[in-house]
Amino acid sequence: MNKLLKLSAASLLVFTGFSVNADTLSDVKSQGSLSCGVSTGTPGFSNPDSSGNWSGMDVDVCRAIAAATLGDARKVKYVPLSAKERFIALQSGEIDVLSRNTTWTATRDNSLGLNFAGVNYYDGQGFMVKKSLDVNSVKDLDGASFCIQAGTTTELNLADYFRSNNMKFKAVTYDTSPQTKGGFEAGRCDALTSDVSQLAGLRSTLKDPSSAVVLGDVISKEPLGPVVRQGDDNWFNIVKWSLNAMIEAEELGVTSATIDRTSTSPGVQRLQGKTGKLNEHLGLNKDWARNIVSQVGNYGESFERNIGMSTPIALPRGVNQLWIKGGILYSPAFR
Amino acid sequence: MFIKLKSLLYNNEVRAIAFQVLAVVFIAYFVYQAFDNMMLNIEQSGIRSGFGFLNDEAGFAVNDNFFLTYSPTSTNLQAFYVGIVNTLIVAITGIFFASVIGLVIGIARLSSNYLIRKMATVYIEIFRNIPILLQILFWYSTALSVLPSTRNSMNFLDSVFLNSRGLFLPKFIIGTEFYLVLASFIIGIVAYVFIKKRSTKKHDDTGIATNTIPHFLGLVVLLPIMAYFVFGAQLEYPALKGFNFQGGTDLSIEFFSLAFALSVYTATYIAEAIRSGIDSVDKGQKEAAAALGLRQGQAMRLVVLPQALRVAIPPIINQYLNLTKNSSLATAVGYSELVTIFSGTVLNVVGQAIEVIALTMLVYLTISLFISLVLNIFNKKMEIKGK
Repeated sequence: MNKLLKLSAASLLVFTGFSVNADTLSDVKSQGSLSCGVSTGTPGFSNPDSSGNWSGMDVDVCRAIAAATLGDARKVKYVPLSAKERFIALQSGEIDVLSRNTTWTATRDNSLGLNFAGVNYYDGQGFMVKKSLDVNSVKDLDGASFCIQAGTTTELNLADYFRSNNMKFKAVTYDTSPQTKGGFEAGRCDALTSDVSQLAGLRSTLKDPSSAVVLGDVISKEPLGPVVRQGDDNWFNIVKWSLNAMIEAEELGVTSATIDRTSTSPGVQRLQGKTGKLNEHLGLNKDWARNIVSQVGNYGESFERNIGMSTPIALPRGVNQLWIKGGILYSPAFR
Repeated sequence: MFIKLKSLLYNNEVRAIAFQVLAVVFIAYFVYQAFDNMMLNIEQSGIRSGFGFLNDEAGFAVNDNFFLTYSPTSTNLQAFYVGIVNTLIVAITGIFFASVIGLVIGIARLSSNYLIRKMATVYIEIFRNIPILLQILFWYSTALSVLPSTRNSMNFLDSVFLNSRGLFLPKFIIGTEFYLVLASFIIGIVAYVFIKKRSTKKHDDTGIATNTIPHFLGLVVLLPIMAYFVFGAQLEYPALKGFNFQGGTDLSIEFFSLAFALSVYTATYIAEAIRSGIDSVDKGQKEAAAALGLRQGQAMRLVVLPQALRVAIPPIINQYLNLTKNSSLATAVGYSELVTIFSGTVLNVVGQAIEVIALTMLVYLTISLFISLVLNIFNKKMEIKGK
């Protein structure tokens, strides 16, 4: 048995091509593009249009990293991954960074050989139910069955919540998000549970969106953010500060339209790369942060363009507002 | 000495062995290096390794669970067992129905009745030529849209309910009464087997046939039912409470769709194997059976099929193996078998791909080898003796 195990493990190794890569930045530079793991289609976060162009909050993180490292936000190779595949793809070196609505949990951070580089959306788990059920709160869903996507924290949160409230439930677990939606639409389950940000998008794609309602309850915290492999601290810093640059730009009031205007503000000048040596420690060009803001925009721009009130997803800023405006978005000091 | 060595070098037999030993050493070294390299990489990239995760709390719920105790507080190992049992149950169900359908269709393929023959051909040509994954998804979405919702369930005697979520059945409450009923059922079967053996022997010795159907009905059907009423075993009935049926036991619609699709698909191959088996039996055998005065059905059952199966069993073994492996497509419809539970949810929670996938592969390998073993023994038994 032991022999068999080793054999199968070895064949796995041959096929997945495990590799430990210590210098992701120079790899990205020599390839001329950033390999970025995204979802197979989540409206507002990472979704391809009919001509194959990706857009969304998570995609903007990929673009920001490409702008910082390669000077061109378009130089990204998107690798669509299911929830089950994502960590293996990152661990095995198939992608350079994972930006795919991935919840930052202690287990993932500590035992998968991965590092979470920050949070680009503070989410929580919510519920969508059939309007005809006349349900107003999760507390009314005792004994109900739920459609869930496999391989997500959702499965665990649901079990935790119902156990702590002494309620019963049935879980029907599907492989992908469209299948989960299909099960819900066909009446296989009473409710669909997922991150609140995705529920709005899913509801808008139902055949009859008015037949379902999203409940107000949120049962968990789901901080979503980009993930990198452990063992390459410089790359970890680049990803972390690319995201911070977008948040910092919004705080400074700099947008893609105004980044190149001459400013007397020391903060803006550092962002423009006119002063300071932030780039040297990261091994990037002086205009790395400027490229991010001019090509991708600041965090607020990205938010409004992809999931803001003017889009079909229509999510309010909520906690994803800057700390100075009552939210919890906060970039460490950019100096 | 030197000459002796030299002659060894040119000895064909020695050479053959030497090259084989070299090949084994080379492969073993390669495997060892690859494994060593992998373990080193895993350690360096800070990924947890080993099988300690099996004792961690699973934390997720499972929809289909047949006999095992499982709740979100159970361990990953228990989730693993639930996955294995669910895989086995859907495989066994599929193998049973695929064999029955396959046998019927295979015989129908050779029927002298034009309509039956053509219908069997159409069945085979349609279901054999559509990918199994599409068929699973098709039957699943059909079942979901055709069957009524929970509140409008089909109701059979207020104890069995069918709706788009599954089949809800009453369940025995395990206790002394239940074991007494179970015991009477087993006694009934043993007694019937005994009677059947005696009647077969009587038939062999004297040629007088005894009808054992009344014995079957009395011992295997009536006796347990009587025992049920005499001992007063308690049943727990499913009842609609709130959103779903509570109590009793249930078979999910995912299970039905998967088992049905696998049976219907694999039956086409089994039918073809049976047909070619029957075709291989010499025509003279059938004529001889007819000359002995056997009716058509008897000739098929007693003369043709035993010889046909001899040819058909090896390809049928392959189909049983395929069915078992195809059951892993369940992940598309959400039936909680091994791949869905273990290399799906557990893998994502613990993230140890190599251990999880290796264990999953090991299970499939074991199941497949076991099926091969059993059927090879059966095949040996069916072979012409003395050949």
